Amino acid sequence: MTMRDAITIVAPHLGDRICIHANGYLSRAAFGVRDAETCFYMIGSMGLASSIGLGIALARPERGVVVFDGDGNVLMNLGTLARVASAAPANFVHLCFDNRAHASTGAQPTISDRVRLDDVARAAGYRRVGRAETPAALAREIPAVLAGPGPAFLLVRIELGPDGPPGPRITHTPPEMTARLRRALGVAP
Amino acid sequence: MGRGEVAVRFVDGLLAAGFDFFTGVPCSLVKDVLAELEARGLYFGETREDAALGVAAGAYLAGRLPVVVMQNSGLGVSLNALGSLHLLYEIPCLLLVTWRGFEGRDAPEHLVMGEVMPRLLDLFDLPHRAPLSGDAIGDVEWAAATIRARRKPVCLVVRPDLFA
Repeated sequence: MTMRDAITIVAPHLGDRICIHANGYLSRAAFGVRDAETCFYMIGSMGLASSIGLGIALARPERGVVVFDGDGNVLMNLGTLARVASAAPANFVHLCFDNRAHASTGAQPTISDRVRLDDVARAAGYRRVGRAETPAALAREIPAVLAGPGPAFLLVRIELGPDGPPGPRITHTPPEMTARLRRALGVAP
Repeated sequence: MGRGEVAVRFVDGLLAAGFDFFTGVPCSLVKDVLAELEARGLYFGETREDAALGVAAGAYLAGRLPVVVMQNSGLGVSLNALGSLHLLYEIPCLLLVTWRGFEGRDAPEHLVMGEVMPRLLDLFDLPHRAPLSGDAIGDVEWAAATIRARRKPVCLVVRPDLFA
């Protein structure tokens, strides 16, 4: 299962949930599969997608928030797993697409082959933790993970590749993404 | 005014100016402010300063006006978040940054950042003021107005004696 395959399985279940995508290939793959006003793509600040999602989840407990994260991103900011678990927002879902590599910078290996990030999330205290290693398992798990209550963490084991970017560069400017996500959340300009 | 009273008035000023989400990493120079925020159930302590900035960004996207409290050591941790998230995406917040290493009189670990901080804030083009009195309501109002006009982080620098 490639990153794009995995996102294609998840996408039909997202509805009006707020989706925060980590920087790197994950944002590009997701943008290529599905775009909406509820989607926020990071083009920098690696490691902070989960923190942004946490801020939204805390401020708007009635709205579902889904963070699309990668193994490199989660490892860069492991403290956020602890902070999410301790705050325990019921509306927070954390998807970690784990290809065991920094794909966009040349596929340098991370350490997620030896440190199981689902185990780390479980130890931190996420309410529900799962692991999907096949398309069938992902299709089976994702409705329950999104149904709540969170915080939930699903590790989605994906393969590296194919070579090259998995989707186009984001065409929205960053300020446009800020404005449209605030619109999607009903915030006055 | 007693020290606790100064902090209470400062928190009142922040709320009156519209700030309604508070996160950060503590510093002893603002312990009374943090205690007051905690007492009112308003403070979400974070593990790192850049994570606090991420949470604050999320809060802003969700309609809040956030404050991020940190020691200036944490400003170093925060530079990438400020550069590639807040400034890039036009996501504002109020940075309440303590000035350790002020005038070279502090523990050695604070001296480099204490010396360069004003220039660092200028370099990142972050509007900043260092109020001289804990009754800094005018500065808080300036920060809120500047945030609304420019949609970027604005910094109030806390001198060692501001809440002392």
